[in-house]
Amino acid sequence: MQTFLQLDLPAMLAALFATMACALLGNFLVLRRQSLMGDAISHAVLPGIVGAFLLAGTRAAGPLFAGAIAAALVAVVLIELVRRYGRLESGTAMGVVFSVMFAAGVVMMEQAAAQNVDLDADCILYGQLEGILWLAAAGPESLLDPAALAALPREVVVLAGVLAVTALAVFAFRKELTLASFDPELATTLGFPAGMINLGLMVLVGAVAVAAFEAVGSILVIAMFICPAAAARMLTDRLGVQIALSLAFAAVAALGGYALAAFAPLWLGVDRALAASGMIAVVSGVLMALAILLGPVHGVLGRRMAGRRVA
Amino acid sequence: MSGTVWPTAAQVLDVLTLRAGYNTAVVMIGVALLGLAAGVVGSFTVLRKRAMMSDTLSHATLPGIGLAFLAATALGGEGRSLPVLLTGATAAGVAGVLVVHLIVRHSRLPEDAAMGAVLSVFFGLGAVILSYVQTLGTGAEGGIATFIYGRAAAMSAGDALLIAAVATGAVLATALLYKEFRAVCFDPGFAAAQGWPVGLIDLAMMTLVVVVTVVGLQAVGLILVIALIIVPAAAARFWTDRLGTMVVIAAGFGMASGYVGTALSALLPRFPAGGIIVLVAGALFLVSLFLAPRRGVAAAAWRHLRLRVSVEGQHLLRALFEAAEAAQRPTGAPADLADLRIARSWPPLRRALVLADLRRRGLLRRDAAAVALTPAGQEEAWRLTRNHRLWEEYLVNFAHLAPTHVDRSADLVEHVLDGALVAELEARLATIGRLPRLRGVPRSLHA
Repeated sequence: MQTFLQLDLPAMLAALFATMACALLGNFLVLRRQSLMGDAISHAVLPGIVGAFLLAGTRAAGPLFAGAIAAALVAVVLIELVRRYGRLESGTAMGVVFSVMFAAGVVMMEQAAAQNVDLDADCILYGQLEGILWLAAAGPESLLDPAALAALPREVVVLAGVLAVTALAVFAFRKELTLASFDPELATTLGFPAGMINLGLMVLVGAVAVAAFEAVGSILVIAMFICPAAAARMLTDRLGVQIALSLAFAAVAALGGYALAAFAPLWLGVDRALAASGMIAVVSGVLMALAILLGPVHGVLGRRMAGRRVA
Repeated sequence: MSGTVWPTAAQVLDVLTLRAGYNTAVVMIGVALLGLAAGVVGSFTVLRKRAMMSDTLSHATLPGIGLAFLAATALGGEGRSLPVLLTGATAAGVAGVLVVHLIVRHSRLPEDAAMGAVLSVFFGLGAVILSYVQTLGTGAEGGIATFIYGRAAAMSAGDALLIAAVATGAVLATALLYKEFRAVCFDPGFAAAQGWPVGLIDLAMMTLVVVVTVVGLQAVGLILVIALIIVPAAAARFWTDRLGTMVVIAAGFGMASGYVGTALSALLPRFPAGGIIVLVAGALFLVSLFLAPRRGVAAAAWRHLRLRVSVEGQHLLRALFEAAEAAQRPTGAPADLADLRIARSWPPLRRALVLADLRRRGLLRRDAAAVALTPAGQEEAWRLTRNHRLWEEYLVNFAHLAPTHVDRSADLVEHVLDGALVAELEARLATIGRLPRLRGVPRSLHA
């Protein structure tokens, strides 16, 4: 029990908060056909993180977070500029900007390595869910003990805060976000600045992505921006229901994926756990595949059955 | 960068002329050929609007690499052998393309969501498999991790030769399928109607992208290989509107990026080849974005400035003409710019540019503090004023706008009235008897 509280609980909580925050925003990304923005941003923040690290000289979260957010904003603006002034298709603009920024980050990271500092790219790619520990936990009673709770790992606290802020922002701007996602032109004519709403959404995406990276890695972030929302989209036509479903899928993926990665190898007789964030991504993919196949109305099976009824 | 030792000029020359050792030379040639192939294949990918597809399938190769390693090891072979790993990568990449295709075809999800989902889920699966490989404790994971970031410096001459051979093959295949690719890039709907098997051609194109991606893994790594495919092609797009030219330019950019990037990385310690190659490509893209003759940003800004100056110049000519008309002076008489409302509000730079442009075209003379229209300038000013008023008359008589509202719109349109339209305006106004007599201009509506 103590091991669970010290090792597994904090990791599961971090994964849960991160996946839910991503899934919440993912609903709008999928609707707006900007799913790949999560991918682009999550690659493009690398130079920001490394740059902040080189400037500040510490691994403190504050500067790294600020650098990453700055890089995310630069990426969003650059993509838009290249798209508009270069008259390139948005996928091309995205690919050019994020890959060049990522390359700059890789080169800068080698420079950082020259200064004997430990900034591991793998860490950013795969995350370190397994490294999130709650050493103050002594037993179930620690869950109610303020002193022990105060010693909860920073990642868990930060991700909980990010989830809360994201949920608040989405709730406060639900009307604007919905309108701008379904019909940006209408939103503009009605006096809602679609461009500003878009930029605001991108800032949120960047913030969530960056906060989630440290704990769960960029791969999981990309998967969570897309898979839960896409799965939910296969099951419903109502945005509210879709958001609720996507949050549920995210939770299932986070807890189920972690459990599979941490415990399944033990049952199979392997004594080392598998990559948890990778497994969470795989579970979310499986959920999405199931939704595509089995969705009652829009799923492959559902449409087959409807076709048979008509015939 | 305190630890960086800068190479001497002789070293630079040696590397660039392939005299810095057999291995370096072969790797440089191999990566340059890879860049060439990536530029060729990438041109079609970009035109087909599938740029992010190359990102998707390069990420999707990871589980294939892991599985191929496991399978080869289980069968008692050498798991780390390059052909085995690349076969696994190719299979997984093609599988990724097919899954995206299936999702788009059989669900209501947009293509970008399908690509993002395949990218992240396949890569996540790859991470899980790699973490399993780690538990085997064979020490092979280091060799596999090379594929994520690439390590051109660690490539052997044999690896480079393999890359060169595959890249050449990909270029030849593209040359064979040139007509088919062109058809689906420019108008897939029309191509389908003409009987081209669009789905098959797309699959062939994406398979070529997979092949180039897979051989590029070693050199630049799977995250950056997308840059090698997209960036040179996107840069080439700025220089031309012709497909053949674009492919050649993209191939050249890709080759230059590979060659220069590998050379830099060989010369400078701590500059990883993958990153440097992409940064060189990115620099070429930036240069193209700004400096390309027709589609470049600088050219567009220049055209915009020219148009602006020419429009303002036309306004000044008409203002001079109307001032002379109002004062019943000859149109060639000198006039003080300070008397013209339009010129008073101009910032000095714009005023200087407009005046210089008009004088360069021989329409205006400077006369001490005043300016005067040359004979050619009088002719042009007469024509402009006449067009302006013809258009105003037209708006009042046929579009039924109030005379106070027509000046602004005539201002906008007078610069683009062509001869045929002016002739038609004259004919229409003549039929209702509002056309002024020969060589005259219609009387100003605002006088």
